[in-house]
Amino acid sequence: MSAFSAGIGARGSRRRRALALWRVARLRHGEGRRLALTVILGWATVISGVGLLTASGYLISRAAQRPLFITLMVAVTTVRAFGLSRAVFRYLERLASHDLALRVLARLRTGFYAALAPLGARALEERRRGDLLARFVADVDSLQDLYLRALAPPLVALLVILTTAIAAAVMLPAAGLVLAACLVAMALLVPTLTAAAAAGAGRRQAPARARLADELLEALEGSVELALAGRAQERAARIDRASQRLIRLGVRDALVGAGATTLQALGGGVAVMAVLIVAIPAVRTGALSAVLLAAVVLLTLGALEGLAPLPLAARRLSASGQAASRLADISALEPAVSDPPAPRLLPAGAALALRLEHVSVRFSDGTRALDDVSLTLEPGARVALTGPSGAGKTTLAELLVRFADPQAGTVMLGGIDLRELALDEVRASVVLIAQDAHVFTTSVRENLLLARREACEAELWAALRAVALDEHVRSLPAGLDELVGEDGGLLSGGQRQRLTVARALVSDARFIVLDEPTSQLDGPTAAQLIEGVAQAAGDRGLLVITHRSAEVAGFDTVYELRNGRLASATRTP
Amino acid sequence: MAAREPDGKSRVDLRLARETRAARPHFLIGALLGVLSAALTVAQAVLLARVIAAVAMGRATLSTERSALVALGAVFAVRALVAGGFELSGRLGAARVLTELRRRLVQRLLVDRPGLEREERTGELVAAAVQGVDGLESYFAGYLPSLVLALAVPVAVLAWVTPIDPVVALIFALTIPVLIAFMILIGVGAQSRTRARWQALTLLSSHFLDVVRGLETLRAHRREGAQVQIIGTVGERYRAETMGTLRLAFVSSLVLELCAMLGTALAAATIGVQLTGGHLSLDAGLTVLFLAPELYGPLRAVGQQFHATADGLAAAGRLLAVLDRTVPVAAAGPLAGGASSATPLPPSRTPDPRDEPVRFERVSFAYPGSDRLALDEVTLTLAPGEFVAVIGPSGAGKSTLAALALGLVRPDSGRVSCGGVDLRALSPGSWRGRLAWVPQRTKLFADTLAANIALAVPQATIAEIGDAAAQAGLADLIGSLPSGLQTRIGDGGRRLSAGEGQRIALARAFLTDASLVVLDEPTANLDPVTAALIGDGIERLARERTVLLITHDARLAARAQRTVRLLGGAVRTSAPAKVVTV
Repeated sequence: MSAFSAGIGARGSRRRRALALWRVARLRHGEGRRLALTVILGWATVISGVGLLTASGYLISRAAQRPLFITLMVAVTTVRAFGLSRAVFRYLERLASHDLALRVLARLRTGFYAALAPLGARALEERRRGDLLARFVADVDSLQDLYLRALAPPLVALLVILTTAIAAAVMLPAAGLVLAACLVAMALLVPTLTAAAAAGAGRRQAPARARLADELLEALEGSVELALAGRAQERAARIDRASQRLIRLGVRDALVGAGATTLQALGGGVAVMAVLIVAIPAVRTGALSAVLLAAVVLLTLGALEGLAPLPLAARRLSASGQAASRLADISALEPAVSDPPAPRLLPAGAALALRLEHVSVRFSDGTRALDDVSLTLEPGARVALTGPSGAGKTTLAELLVRFADPQAGTVMLGGIDLRELALDEVRASVVLIAQDAHVFTTSVRENLLLARREACEAELWAALRAVALDEHVRSLPAGLDELVGEDGGLLSGGQRQRLTVARALVSDARFIVLDEPTSQLDGPTAAQLIEGVAQAAGDRGLLVITHRSAEVAGFDTVYELRNGRLASATRTP
Repeated sequence: MAAREPDGKSRVDLRLARETRAARPHFLIGALLGVLSAALTVAQAVLLARVIAAVAMGRATLSTERSALVALGAVFAVRALVAGGFELSGRLGAARVLTELRRRLVQRLLVDRPGLEREERTGELVAAAVQGVDGLESYFAGYLPSLVLALAVPVAVLAWVTPIDPVVALIFALTIPVLIAFMILIGVGAQSRTRARWQALTLLSSHFLDVVRGLETLRAHRREGAQVQIIGTVGERYRAETMGTLRLAFVSSLVLELCAMLGTALAAATIGVQLTGGHLSLDAGLTVLFLAPELYGPLRAVGQQFHATADGLAAAGRLLAVLDRTVPVAAAGPLAGGASSATPLPPSRTPDPRDEPVRFERVSFAYPGSDRLALDEVTLTLAPGEFVAVIGPSGAGKSTLAALALGLVRPDSGRVSCGGVDLRALSPGSWRGRLAWVPQRTKLFADTLAANIALAVPQATIAEIGDAAAQAGLADLIGSLPSGLQTRIGDGGRRLSAGEGQRIALARAFLTDASLVVLDEPTANLDPVTAALIGDGIERLARERTVLLITHDARLAARAQRTVRLLGGAVRTSAPAKVVTV
């Protein structure tokens, strides 16, 4: 198991999570200014609301003394101005915060992709590779509003507490003090309690959710088996139990949430009561003008709004910490292969051979994948590698493009060890089409140009013709520019596979390695595909890996791999 | 994340509202607490105004107002508790509804319509059933309760304010419709606004996911480096575009906010005018002022909750689509036909393919949503004990034939029968008891090898299981395992090769006393040597059973007594390939 997948199971220490979060949250170029703007606008929004209420309180109290209405005009205008500014500030704050979130998202994506790219997906545990990649993407997405929902609210709250406490203190120093004490206590206590309780629930919920997903996936994949065995009802009950477990944990979470709501509301009540108890005697003694009493109380009510997002922010912060530490685990991995410090160059123009010499590879669990294998691929040669599943064929293919290095022996291109060449040069010379090669959610054309950006239209059609996909593409409304759907979903399995094989022909690599290129095709069409590629490959070296030896009967050399060893080689004279 | 269908939203909305039946008591308590909360809101404003007015008019001190202050404190406390209870009732109700939804989904996918996942993507369904159902919590625990408050609070406030101050009540009464109108406008606008935002976000997210998933392919073609920049460019372009949309989209919420704020400001000014004129007491004026923000708060909250549910509703749409999908194919009870067609009487016995022929009579079938017939008037008879191979190119309808024989799907026209009894007249359980199935890729469950073989016969003895395993050619494998039949396989257990998995499926068939074995491309993923071993096992199975073998492997088909070629959904030839004396 790789370090990354290990990190998903382990919770990671609080310190590690905080560090990882800090690395994500550290502001980059221009972000500091934008965060400051967001916070200031958020503060201005809350303060406008406070101002509206406070000024209204003053206005009404003053009006009750029945002065000439004209003397109230300043207050009336102030009230209206605050009402207007609150709406405008809110609008601007939303724009600024969304802008920031989108910038952060773009930065996170590029950064984490750049960290993942040299590692390759094989850094992740094979069985759950797809899940982990999806998880990785979800983690990056979840961090985008870290500032928006987790970091900005506490800063806004701090500013609001300061401003309202000072404003209250100007009217009555004791009220300012009481207000500050109540708000600070609430701002610290409620989110801390919520976050602590929520973190526990969240920790238990994540495994319960994964358990439910696993149960469901297994049952759905085997739903026909279960139905025919008469075990479907029993399975449904088992899944229901897993679902109930998750729901029960959710209920615990709901209790925490309801507790936080109650506490927050109680805190608000305490603040209002405390301010009243300080202010009422002050009116009596004249320390507080009677017209300001309503204003002070309304100020308190308004200030509470600034604290409302805090419990959610605390929970957000704890979730973000987990996501950030998972991502940090990826960034910490070492790539399996890397460029040599001083890469050698391939001799220009020469006809080079690709050669495995006494190569051995062990899997991470110690079993041998390849055992003392030697094999040569000459330019223009047609070589096949057959053998049962699990014999080590794919491992061999990956050595040829240096996705991995052998533990013993060497892989040579034109007599030079691949480890002494630049990775880019190796993969420019040898192209591997994996069995599960990805088809990108774009056009046929873009999917082909992936292999060589500068390929011309005629070359694309030639490649499509060689894999017998040209007629189908021509029949599409947009031809080469037709979109192929998510993961090539608009193509059949066989068409998808043909498209990926066509990429090999579009590329100008000297050697083409195809790993099980016909696994999605029927017998006769499979043989046609191999023949088409063999013809189109011209003077390039072609290595086809397959478990169906009939398809490669006409090849120059057919190697057979069994349990990691070359069992036999058949040469056609 | 699927892009949300804009016109689907209101339909999903209504459909979800019906789902609350499961938790009616919770939502009822929630509604009562909401009403109580509205009453307490008014009480708090009244008490607060009374105390402040009394003190401000110089009539009162802390001690004279003690009882009012105590009452106020009590109102604050009760209001806090009610708020907590209100939230809790919503979330408990949501939990109830979600459990029920998930239970029905599982029932539908496992019991009523097994095999549905061939049409759906299994991973997406799991996501919809796990995260999707969780996402619905915001709808049941957030959006629905916010509607209760948005109704109760304005009614309570207006009821209180109207007798004290009809002018301000009129202002409130006038602004509320404007507010609601704008909320509806935002709701409609949400179709362009949220769609623009979420679609772009989904697009961007899936682009990123696409690139990450295809990383190995990018590496093979030396394009992994170039993507760093592309991701950056796409992100920036998306940001610029989205900000353009948002600048416009947020205007409607700006107007809504303005309306609420100016409503409060207007109320304050109006109260001021009335106070200076002596038409209103300070007490009453303050009460109205305290109530103004409470009036608009819940209405604005509805708008916010509405947006929070966007994700949940998208998932809900997918989930409900699965639940609402046409008649369950194999609902408990007889496989009844359409409502109009006469249902054959349930037979007193289940016919046995060991003694009676299985017939496909002019069977046609098209997959839902496809206008192409997968099978076109196919007629085929499997005599008792016969071993028939169906061959033909991919897409000829071979697998559909298997699904029909298993009773997983029903013919659109024609009928599948055994001993003259239409399969639709049989209970799925009794017919399935006669069947064994070997698919292209056998699903191995996370359990012991023995439990996997004994899937349909949990009460089988170890000796029986061992015997079935030996007949399927698994003896060597079991001998090589330290824990033998008790070895754990499947996820998290020992990994088996494709050939070993197929032999487990054969062993399953040997262990049951199934009289009809349906095999769907059992050797498609196997090398020739392993395929031959599986072929031997199939021949042994065929000695005492009727066998329907779907394959495109000519060598495997040659083992059958009779070969039927299926081309483009129709049977072309039906000639004996060879005659085997059994």
